[in-house]
Amino acid sequence: MTESTMKPPKKVLSPVNWMRQHLFSTWYNALLTVVVGYLIVTSVGPLLNWVFFDANFQGSDPSDCSGAGACWLFINQRLNFFIYGFYPDELQWRVDFMFLLLAVSFVPQFIERFPGRKWLGIFGMTGLPLIGFFLIPGGSFGLEQVESTKWGGLMLTLILAYIGIIASLPIGTLLALGRRSEMPIIRGLCVVFIEVWRAVPLITVLFMASVMLPLFLPEGMNFEKLARALIGITLWQSAYMAEVIRGGLQAIPRGQYEAADALGLGYWRKMGLIVLPQALKLVIPGIVNTFIALFKDTTLVLIIGLFDILGTVQSTVTDPAWQNVAVEGYVFVAFCFWVFCFGISQYSQKLERKLDTGHKT
Amino acid sequence: MGNPMTEQTQTSETQSSPRSEAGQKPDIIRVEGMHKWYGDFHVLKDLNLNVKQGERIVICGPSGSGKSTFIRCLNRLEEHQQGKIIVDEVELTDDVRHIDTVRREVGMVFQHFNLFPHLTVLENCCLSPIWVRKIPRKEAEASAMEYLERVKIPDQANKFPGQLSGGQQQRVAIARALCMKPKIMLFDEPTSALDPEMIKEVLDVMIELAGSGMTMLCVTHEMGFAKTVADRVIFMDGGEIVEEAPPHEFFTNPQEARTQKFLKQILQH
Repeated sequence: MTESTMKPPKKVLSPVNWMRQHLFSTWYNALLTVVVGYLIVTSVGPLLNWVFFDANFQGSDPSDCSGAGACWLFINQRLNFFIYGFYPDELQWRVDFMFLLLAVSFVPQFIERFPGRKWLGIFGMTGLPLIGFFLIPGGSFGLEQVESTKWGGLMLTLILAYIGIIASLPIGTLLALGRRSEMPIIRGLCVVFIEVWRAVPLITVLFMASVMLPLFLPEGMNFEKLARALIGITLWQSAYMAEVIRGGLQAIPRGQYEAADALGLGYWRKMGLIVLPQALKLVIPGIVNTFIALFKDTTLVLIIGLFDILGTVQSTVTDPAWQNVAVEGYVFVAFCFWVFCFGISQYSQKLERKLDTGHKT
Repeated sequence: MGNPMTEQTQTSETQSSPRSEAGQKPDIIRVEGMHKWYGDFHVLKDLNLNVKQGERIVICGPSGSGKSTFIRCLNRLEEHQQGKIIVDEVELTDDVRHIDTVRREVGMVFQHFNLFPHLTVLENCCLSPIWVRKIPRKEAEASAMEYLERVKIPDQANKFPGQLSGGQQQRVAIARALCMKPKIMLFDEPTSALDPEMIKEVLDVMIELAGSGMTMLCVTHEMGFAKTVADRVIFMDGGEIVEEAPPHEFFTNPQEARTQKFLKQILQH
């Protein structure tokens, strides 16, 4: 075959022609262009002024804020509280260490050809939570104990979301497999579990975990409130995850199951080596969607008295020493959530591209 | 060439009667009075078939005659409800261990290839030897490359199935089945999903395989293939075995009216 040297025709437009074609092609498009243009010009300038140019970043007390722009000074001053909650200052290195591990595990995932990044990822899913389990609460290995009631802020948000995410994926996978099982008892149990948990709002789950569960537990057996919330969040999230994964399982052609059977792989190898890798890949967007939803839903723990990042900010903006800093506080919280959720989303898209072997069966 | 194949003929512990001098080979597959229903629909009716080791059998018949269902019963991809199927001295029952034993000895090639799209060609071939036969990865890969050479696509080993043509994919599927060193190979319409120019490359591989002494059961409409390699041709219609005969007899002197009608239809052009 001879390589053709012919290139597809290129369309080159001068700026004026481009505008004529895209912005002013009809009278109503022209009108829209003018109106939207006016809105952009009148809103972007003041917004930038508020966020950057008139804003106060430095100083030590509320009087250093001029009031013309955002008072970022407030965030700056209370940042420690927003990140660590009431975690003792001299022990915050533990939390910092976990943040570092988190970064070391996941930032390399964005860098193609980073040596051993797969193992770092696996460490992030297994070793990291294990280390955190001993390090953050302390009480063992000679570490001073820190009651979970003192945990708060971004740290608490990340703990809730992280545990919820990495625990719900395997549990959800098992539930999804169970729901498609040929064994009636297993299938029945999985269906009941999924339908019960999925039909309950997270707020209800959290209330039950914090208020009702202790009533049913025998005397003396009492989990911490945080542990109860975590279990509730994880189980609730698992039910959602199961349904997302089940969608992927159903999309795998029957031929794949049959080929695996014919090779004598047996149930677990068939699922683990053939079906799940393909099914999970198909539902990455759905999985990430539920991850992001959970990440934001963790703010609901506020109602059972846990202070996540939103909780810490909300409790400070009412501080009478600071006047009118609510907007700054909420913008800060929104920004924090956006950074993490956008990161998750970007990573998932990268993963999707990487796993795409370029065809369907 | 062909040295991986010679291992097929080794007798396993389960095989009680060794081959006699006169070339009287044991029956490696025995089907006795087998029936199958889909719900109330009676798909397979009282099938009886004995296959000797090294025998090559072509099963043909109109669509819906149950021929695919029949060979899928032989490795329990489909369940039969009555009668006996004994493969290599192991009876297929609900017992999962029996099913696994049989599937290890029986390779299968599907109409739509059913390669695993998320694995490379080489990984497709090595998967089962590594995980089921517990062969070390290096060894499994070397053996897989041998089979890929046999099906004439060693250069595609690191590609994904989606990057290959249909004919190449089907040859990979054959190599994948052979990597388990099966005693029996089942082919379920292996060329029906292929473009005409790719059928030959797959048939060539199958003919070569037949020459190596593999026990083969092949559902196909390729009558040329049947004439060249089959020891016996089985004609099925309406879930029954209507006629079975050596290919020469089958094509020149069919006994049953239904066979005659079928042959007239497919050999017209």
